[in-house]
Parts: sequence; C-alpha cells; structure tokens
Amino acid sequence: MALPNPALSQLPDNYKYGWHDPEMKPLHLMKKGLSTAVVEEISRIKGEPKWMTDLRLKAFRHFEARPMPTWGGDLTQIDFQDIYYYVTATDRAAQSWDDVPDYIRRTYDRLGIPEAEKKYLAGVGGQYDSEVVYHNIHADLEKKGVIFLGTDEALQRYPEMFREYYGTVIPANDNKLAALNTAVWSGGSFIYVPKGVHVDLPLQAYFRINTESMGQFERTLIIADEGSSVHYVEGCTAPTYSTASLHSAVVEIIVKKGARVRYTTIQNWSHNVYNLVTKRAVAYEDAVMEWVDGNLGSHLTMKYPSIYLLGERAHGEVLSIAFAGEGQHQDAGGKVIHAAPNTTSLITSKSISKGTGRTSYRGLIKVYPGCKHSKSTVRCDALILSDEARSDTYPYMEIDEEDVTIGHEATVSKVGAEQLFYLMSRGLTEAEASAMIVNGFIEPIVKELPMEYAVEMNRLIQLQMEGAVG
Amino acid sequence: MTDELVVSGLEVSIGTKKILRGVDLAVKQGEVHALMGPNGSGKTSLAYTLMGHPDYRVDAGSITWKGENLLGLAPDKRARLGVFLAFQYPSAIPGVTVASFLRNIYNAVHAPKPAPGGGENGQVPKYTGIPLAKFRRMLEEQMALLKMDPGFAARYVNDGFSGGEKKRLEMLQMAILGPRLAILDETDSGLDIDALRTVAEGINATLSPQMGVLLITHYQRMLNYVKPHFVHVLMGGRIVMSGGEELSHQLEANGYEWVREQVGEPEGVADEAPEPVAEHA
Repeated sequence: MALPNPALSQLPDNYKYGWHDPEMKPLHLMKKGLSTAVVEEISRIKGEPKWMTDLRLKAFRHFEARPMPTWGGDLTQIDFQDIYYYVTATDRAAQSWDDVPDYIRRTYDRLGIPEAEKKYLAGVGGQYDSEVVYHNIHADLEKKGVIFLGTDEALQRYPEMFREYYGTVIPANDNKLAALNTAVWSGGSFIYVPKGVHVDLPLQAYFRINTESMGQFERTLIIADEGSSVHYVEGCTAPTYSTASLHSAVVEIIVKKGARVRYTTIQNWSHNVYNLVTKRAVAYEDAVMEWVDGNLGSHLTMKYPSIYLLGERAHGEVLSIAFAGEGQHQDAGGKVIHAAPNTTSLITSKSISKGTGRTSYRGLIKVYPGCKHSKSTVRCDALILSDEARSDTYPYMEIDEEDVTIGHEATVSKVGAEQLFYLMSRGLTEAEASAMIVNGFIEPIVKELPMEYAVEMNRLIQLQMEGAVG
Repeated sequence: MTDELVVSGLEVSIGTKKILRGVDLAVKQGEVHALMGPNGSGKTSLAYTLMGHPDYRVDAGSITWKGENLLGLAPDKRARLGVFLAFQYPSAIPGVTVASFLRNIYNAVHAPKPAPGGGENGQVPKYTGIPLAKFRRMLEEQMALLKMDPGFAARYVNDGFSGGEKKRLEMLQMAILGPRLAILDETDSGLDIDALRTVAEGINATLSPQMGVLLITHYQRMLNYVKPHFVHVLMGGRIVMSGGEELSHQLEANGYEWVREQVGEPEGVADEAPEPVAEHA
C-alpha cells in the first residue's frame, strides 16, 4: 500500500527509531490480506477456545458490513488487502531478556527498555509485530496477586476472568476499526490488580513494528479491583518504510469502586503508520481514571480515549498532547460520559502543528439526565508554528441535566516573530527557540508525568523541532 | 586590539519605509554611550538592527564588532559573539521558568552543543552544559544583587510580569550572560523611582572595563545613575549631535526643539515616524 503523500518518504526525517531488523525470520508470516480463513487461522495458531474464534468471526462480519468512517482523517488510501495480519518472530514470551532473540534484544536495548526496567518499572512487556516476545513483573507484585501478562497468555491461563471482562467495555460492533481488532487481535497487555493493592511503580509495555506493511492489532484489558491503583505506560515506534503500516489497537479498562488507573501513552510511530485506536474505560463509584495521551508520531492518528463515569463521585481526566509535523495529521481528543450524579471530569488538550502538519481536537462531554451536580471542564489550546499548519477544534457537548457545571475554553496561538527574535537574541538557534516555546506550551501537561516520561516527552519534542522550522 | 562596535553609514528600512539614514557610531569596550532622541527617531530600530531582527533591512553601510562583519549573521550568532540587547518590551514565554530559561541561554552562549556527527562512530558525547549546582550559585548571587525574591526563579518568563519585573529580568539575563556589548533599549521606561534605582544599580554592577554599553533612553533620569562617557542625539534617522555627559543635561533643560534649532530640521523628516520619501520608495 503506497502512502497517499509521495513526498512523505523524501522528507528530511529526524525520526530516530526508523531502523528495522533485517535478520528477522518470521516463524509465522501469513500472506497479506484479510478473509474469514485468515481470522480462523490466527485463532487456530493461538489454540483459542471456541467462544473466542466465534467472537472473532462475528466481529469480522461487523467489520465487513460497516462503511469506512468519512470523518476525521483521510482513510481512503488504506487497502486492507495489502497488509500482513499476523507475523511472529518467536513462539512465546520470554521472562528474561537473555531468552529473547539477539536481534530483538538489540532493538529493545536501543529503545532503552531493559535499562528502564531495572531503574523504575514494576514490570515490562514487549511486543514485536504480532506477538509479545518478553514479559516480566516484579516477584513481590506477583505474590500480591497482580497479573501482568501478554493478552494471549492471559486468555490461556485465566480463561474465566478473561471472558468475564473481555469486550464488555468495547463490544465487537462498536466501530469498524474496533471490529477489525476484535477479528484479528494479537498481543497486548492483560492486567489485573487485586482489591486494595497499589502498584507503586509503572507497568510498561513497548510496541514495536518491524515488518513492512504490517498491521499490529494488540488488545489490552486492564482490571483494577476495588480500592487498588496502577499506572500503565505504553510506548511505540516502528521502522520508516515508504509503504504504509496499520496500527489498530483496542484498550478496555475497568476501574472498580475506589480504584485508580492512569494510562500513559507516548505514541511515536514512524510517519508511515496509520494509527486508529479505540480506548475506553469505565469508572465506578469513587473511582479515578486518567488518560495521558501523547501523540507525536504516525502519518494519521485517530484516537479519542473515553471514560464512562458509571458510579457516583467517579472522576475522569484526559490529558492530550498532539504534535503534527510535516505531512502528519493528529486527530485526537477525548470523551467523558457522565452517567451518575456528582461525577467530575477534566479534559485538557494541547496541540502543536508545524510545517504542513494538522491537528484536530475532537471531544465529547455527555451528561445523562439525573446526573445532578456533575462538573466538567474542557480546555484546549493549540499552538501553530507555520503559515501552512492547521488546527481545528470539534468540541461536542450533550448535556441533558440542568443541575451541572460545564466549562469550555479554547485558545489558538501562533509562535510570533517577536517571541522568536527575543529568544534568538539570547543565543538560541531558531529550532531551539521554537522548541523552548513548545516545551513551555505543553509544560502544564508534562509536569503531570513521572520524571522519566517528562524527560522523554521533552526530548521527543526537541527531536521533532530539529531541522527546518515553519 | 580592543573590542569595538563600529557602525558606519548605516541605512535601514522596514518594507518601503526608510528608518535610518546613515548612522555612524563607534562604541569601544569600557565606554558607556547614551543614545537619546525623540519618539520615532529610530532608536529602537538601531537596537533591533544591531541585534539582527529579520524585519530590518540594511540598505547601505556596515556594522562590525571586534572587526567582524555582523550583517548577515542571525541574532543567535551575534549573541554568541557577546552582543546583548535588553528589550523595551520583552516577550513572555509561558510554561518556561526563569531558572530554566536562564540556564538554557547561558549554555547557548557559553557552552553551546557540539555539532552533530562529531566524535567516534557519529556518537556525540553526552551534553550537559553548566553543572546545575554551579549555575544555581551564580543565579542566587545575581538575583541577590538585583534585589530579586528567590521565588522569582520559579515563575514563567515575563508571564504576567509588571513592567519593573520585566526590566529586572532583562538585567538579570545581562548579568548571567556577561556580554561584551550591551544595548539597553529604554530600560528606564515604565519604572518608578525605586525600581529605576535598583535596575540602574544592577547595570552598574554588571559594567566592567571589558564591556561596551549603548544605553538608549528618552529621558535624562537614567543617566543620573549610569554615567555616560558619550551622549548622542538621534533624530530623523541620523545622529545629529554628539557630546559628553553635559549634553544630556542640556537636552533635559532645553528639549529636542533646541537640538532642531542647533542643527536645523533634517531634510524631509519629521520626528514622528517618518513616512517614506519619494527617492526611497
């Protein structure tokens, strides 16, 4: 599948993660294209129970029946028959990096994952193309009953719990891309945190695409039982190819009474990846759900992390950062549905567009009748770095209860010539000056991140800002 | 050789509008030059041109600093050569703390990043700049000198600052960067008498025999604190009168009308923002 913008592969690329591993000899490389047979074959290779095979097939029918979305970004160039749906390098997830094939280990070393694991993570998962190649969690958390596994392994080892929650937050027919994921899903993380257990350090998963024209369809399911807490972080990168890849994940989160989940994404796909992801959480009484969603990479991202506030006093937050450089479109935002009284929510979006980049904020606040004393604040700020860059805001509000407090603020600003001159007169290059303005712009969100991720976010912004400005 | 700024025959325009019409000026290290003149005479335009603002087009003449041609150099390169401009209206940079900003600009001028691609196997040695502890000490000393509250360092650059705070931050930047040529553009404007004294003390504390200063001001009052060696009057895009410190007192006493009487109205030029004249259009 060729990229819609032929100029894209010729752009000066500051992307630092664009290598691929030519040594990879796939264990399974299903031929390109999508069919009932492909769906069945994926399920067969994985040795799944019949209910999952049936659900996959049902989802595939939904996928086929539904039209492509015509809103958001341009999806017309995606050719579902020109994608690999299942490519694996290994047949199992290693628990030690020593047991991961050398070339994959080298790639993860270059990404700094094993080092981060030693320093500040409670557990790490690594997915390479379709399957999880590494998975490990601190022994003390395992003793407390915390489950952190690749999703396929979780289905095998905890079939009942899996079936109880799987697909309950995002059903197979939710939308065309979620249906596709349900049909061909592979990999992802499964987390269960028992009642009252607090996972103090983050759990991290790192998603890596290696094969050209790859489709990665991980499926993540997180269950935080009553009064527990967990912070999950995902990162993702891919090689730069002149053909398009597709990443279409589904993430379901259940935050039970009094529990707290934070889900942080630092999405840095190469600029030939379509990133079309459905993420949704349900939060019960007194629960807190936070999405921290950083989108820096990809050709087109369409992603709107959602929170259904189902219990009284539940609180939901979405912090969204989007950076669209040359040829990129970040269509991001968040949705919060208030379905119980005294629920509160906050959506903060900061978007930056540079060169011909385009950012769109797309969000929804919905309050059902009877959800009295609910409060919601939406704040979206856009920063535009060039004359060709574009930013749009699509804030939807459906408020069916009178007794609520809803606030919405939006600003658009452009980096001014005077601001740049001021900073350059202090010895900063034009790129450094722009990067400083951008870093200041996203500071209110970055300061919410754990230190390591804040540093990473600033570094990625710096990389995006290098080279020609405006 | 002493460090010297030499401006000769400088003509500058914005768009089709001629602003400077042949400025000649030399500032040696250790000298304080006051540049005075009525509104619209081109004082800020001269400051911006010296710093390399892209909107100011140099039509004729030259600017050299330490014998090096500054024309064609971007503002950041000029800064790294030791040139500093204190702005009359500094920009706000929301989200960037004063401390982080100052450390960044200190590094940009005194410890710039090595060019990429150097080193073995393309590996660039890890860049750190000035050690944090050393920088903090320097910052604390300079802030004390300017009578600044330590909490100031945690605020966002010029974001919601009062006029006096902005000017003080300009002086703090100058003290941190330690330039060899400082252009102070109406640093006294918008200050009450106490703030003026503090800022002037800050300037005096930064002054050194190695540093040249071009102090642009509308009024004489700043010069009561910072004593100039030379005073120039800019009018209609030209320096029409130069003298010693006494010239500033004469101006204070007699006003710019007196200058016009002395030198005659520059041809075709009013003192308020001159319209482009035919030969330059």
